[in-house]
Amino acid sequence: MRPFLPTLPIATLLVMAALVWGAEIPRTPEGLPDLSGTYDIATLTPLTRPAGLGDRLTLTDAEAQAIAKRAAAVKAATSKASDPNREAPPEGGDGSEGAAGNVGGYNTVWVDNGSGAFKIDGKWRTSIITDPANGRMPPLTPQARKRAAERARYARPNKGDAFWITEGLSPGPYDDPELRPAAERCLLAFGSGGGPPMLPVLYNNLKQIVQTKDRVLILNEMVHDARVIRIGGEHEPPDIRRWLGDSIGHWEGDTLVVDTANFNDTPALGNATRNLHVVERFTRIDEKSLLYAFTVEDPTVWTKPWSGEILWPATDQRIYEYACHEGNYSFAGILRGARLLEAETLEKQKKQPAK
Amino acid sequence: MRRILVFFLLIADLAPAQTPRLANGKPDFSGVWQAVSSAHYDVERHMARHSLMLRDGPHGPLPAVPVLALGAVGAVPGGLGIVEGGTIPYKPEAAKLRDENRRHWLERDPEIRCYLPGVPRATYMPFPFQILQNQNQFFIAYEYAGAVRDVYFKDPGPAETDSWMGQSVGRWDGDTWVIDVSGFNDQTWFDRSGTHHSNQLRVEERYSFLTPHHIQYEATITDPEVFTRPWKISLPLYRRMEKDARLMDFKCVEFVEELVFGEHRRKPLPR
Repeated sequence: MRPFLPTLPIATLLVMAALVWGAEIPRTPEGLPDLSGTYDIATLTPLTRPAGLGDRLTLTDAEAQAIAKRAAAVKAATSKASDPNREAPPEGGDGSEGAAGNVGGYNTVWVDNGSGAFKIDGKWRTSIITDPANGRMPPLTPQARKRAAERARYARPNKGDAFWITEGLSPGPYDDPELRPAAERCLLAFGSGGGPPMLPVLYNNLKQIVQTKDRVLILNEMVHDARVIRIGGEHEPPDIRRWLGDSIGHWEGDTLVVDTANFNDTPALGNATRNLHVVERFTRIDEKSLLYAFTVEDPTVWTKPWSGEILWPATDQRIYEYACHEGNYSFAGILRGARLLEAETLEKQKKQPAK
Repeated sequence: MRRILVFFLLIADLAPAQTPRLANGKPDFSGVWQAVSSAHYDVERHMARHSLMLRDGPHGPLPAVPVLALGAVGAVPGGLGIVEGGTIPYKPEAAKLRDENRRHWLERDPEIRCYLPGVPRATYMPFPFQILQNQNQFFIAYEYAGAVRDVYFKDPGPAETDSWMGQSVGRWDGDTWVIDVSGFNDQTWFDRSGTHHSNQLRVEERYSFLTPHHIQYEATITDPEVFTRPWKISLPLYRRMEKDARLMDFKCVEFVEELVFGEHRRKPLPR
């Protein structure tokens, strides 16, 4: 006997489903939202809300325009071509601040952090963080505060002296390659660009998503880190740790939910530890953009979980190869420079014996 | 009855095994793949030898001093080679550089310093790689050094800048996926045996299914500055059949920091 084949009802359901879904978002042949594409997530909206804005989630049009105008003015003023006949900066630096500062680094031409805030549901956002309501990370645990204070003692602008010698810090911040931040070593993008959570940084903010039936790959432009997210299944055994954690995904309606755990000791997200757990939610809201929402928890670092969201707008830009380690000549220079500072500081100490 | 059975067996045997396909009917190469060969040591036809880096001994070549301690692990397994005809048609000057590279293997092989591997070398290194493919995208993630390639479906014109992994543009030739790769720098090798090229290198790769679990990989290599003629490699790629086959982290940058930067430590370790 032939089994009963309810052909018509299924076809009807499919048609109805197609009508409900509408044609507003691209879908894969399997009918899932198609997240594939390249996205430029550069934005002037900061991760953390300026304290003065309190619990305000959104900006007025006028405020958003003012922010964009100010940023454009700063960029115009600081991205002029450098004078090829300029002198070397004075010994100890010229006192200017920032990544490009003090010793004549790159100017704002190289900075690409967007030209405006981002909008969600038609409203400009004041911060990426949405929970807590003040748009700022929850307080650190006492142990995390202690670790952060310790790190701050080591991470200081270069004032031209080996402060770790005069202050007796051991090990010093430049003693070994392993003591330098992962981004400086070309192991990870800086500022949690590769994440997760994948956050906007000063430049190279492109992300590429490649979606297949059972995998979603997200390439982070900086340091060419590719996360391969398995759809379905379980996390790896926790003795396998990864730089970007182990990511598994599942669909909740039209939203891809990605759960990431099993990070190594130094996740890209500042302050986080190997106990970091991140849940990301990817939703295609229209043909041109994804909504990227995330929740971060690390009970050894933050007193409660925190969440944020940011728009991922599609872009036509292509991603150039980010060969970081291959050209990381400055890393040897950083270590060599510290050795010279140490020698000079010791020489000075010899000449001026301590009182 | 028996005849019918034989007929069906014949049909089953003749019918091509099911090629994985996308919804648009194109072959779907998505999955984790790996070469099984000695090509990563030496793409040319070769017998097993003492080491990648040799010195003259009283009765023939011996391992050079810096690699002596590796013993049998440092020896090179033999292979019939993946180069059509057995050898790479280097111009005489280029062959000289290749030989010199071999003598300076430890200082010159980009793999030693965890540099991006280039194409086609990435394909047959002893690491898996993962293809992620849909109707509009073809992406390859390699375990070694976390190298990646996004294969364009539309030719954007000549590469705007040289790169380690080159610029890849793909197209279908029937059921074969053909990738034209250009825009290379001159820093990568084809294997661990000093096989260099210039930044004029062009590689035409061809991926086609042999069975649902095997890809026939072919690449035609053109570089008029270095070779007397284009030459071809071919080898099968094997699907990693483990349940949950996947790429592991191999961020070798941290594994070479002592080699590359160790001398600049505040307290250098014995070397």
